Amino acid sequence: MSVDLILFFVLALVAVAAAIGMLLSQNAVYSALFLVINFATVAVFYLLLGAPFIAMAQITVYAGAIMVLFLFVIMLLGAEKLAPGKVLPYQRPLAIGLAVLLVAEAAYLLLSRVQSVAAIVTPTVETNTVEEIRRLGMALFSDYLLPFEVTSVVLLVAMVGAIVLTIREKGEQG
Amino acid sequence: MVPQTYYIALSAVLFTLGALGVLVRRNALIIFMSVELMLNAANLAFVAFANTYQHLNGQIIVFFVIAVAAAEVAVGLALIVAIFKTRQSIDVDTMSSLKG
Repeated sequence: MSVDLILFFVLALVAVAAAIGMLLSQNAVYSALFLVINFATVAVFYLLLGAPFIAMAQITVYAGAIMVLFLFVIMLLGAEKLAPGKVLPYQRPLAIGLAVLLVAEAAYLLLSRVQSVAAIVTPTVETNTVEEIRRLGMALFSDYLLPFEVTSVVLLVAMVGAIVLTIREKGEQG
Repeated sequence: MVPQTYYIALSAVLFTLGALGVLVRRNALIIFMSVELMLNAANLAFVAFANTYQHLNGQIIVFFVIAVAAAEVAVGLALIVAIFKTRQSIDVDTMSSLKG
């Protein structure tokens, strides 16, 4: 068993365990922290796949900005735990059954339809150089210039939308 | 050597866990986190394919997905805060004002 394979299985175990921990935690703060672990593990996967820029973006944007926003809102609302309420009796078993079905379908497709057994290219010293990131930047600012600009508009609209949704109008109580 | 299939399988498992979270949990914040988990699983598949085909397009798509996810989180959390202000709860079962 090569080092790559061992690394993959250990990281995959951590990622799946963190995702399950997020699902099962009763406290929303714990869920958010489990999700941070999951995002950090996926960032390491990106490094293994030779995508250092995406890995760093994942850490700063997902594990950093987005999860801090989540934690901030959880603590702002004081909504760590929900009051117990009545749930549909068949909902949970049905959800688990459907999830098992989804995994089974994915496994079937992976086992039966994969054309070639392609191996992951291990990143070399060249992968983690400035040259590679320059290629990404060139593609982003030439072939993908329009989507890139649209993304900036999307972010602006999201910012304005978030402010409009939460702003307190004059004379409003609360 | 790690076969590409392993990465796709991991991505599928993480996606399913996210979908399960959306179905099972009642806390709107945790449902939202599960959606993020699903986006992340899709990103992992994109980067794995970008690696096997040695093409940068996969990575660029992931970059856009991350940007859009950031925008989505900002608006979604603002919505959750607004809902909490009017209902004092973020239990999705209580959001049934439109129910006939």
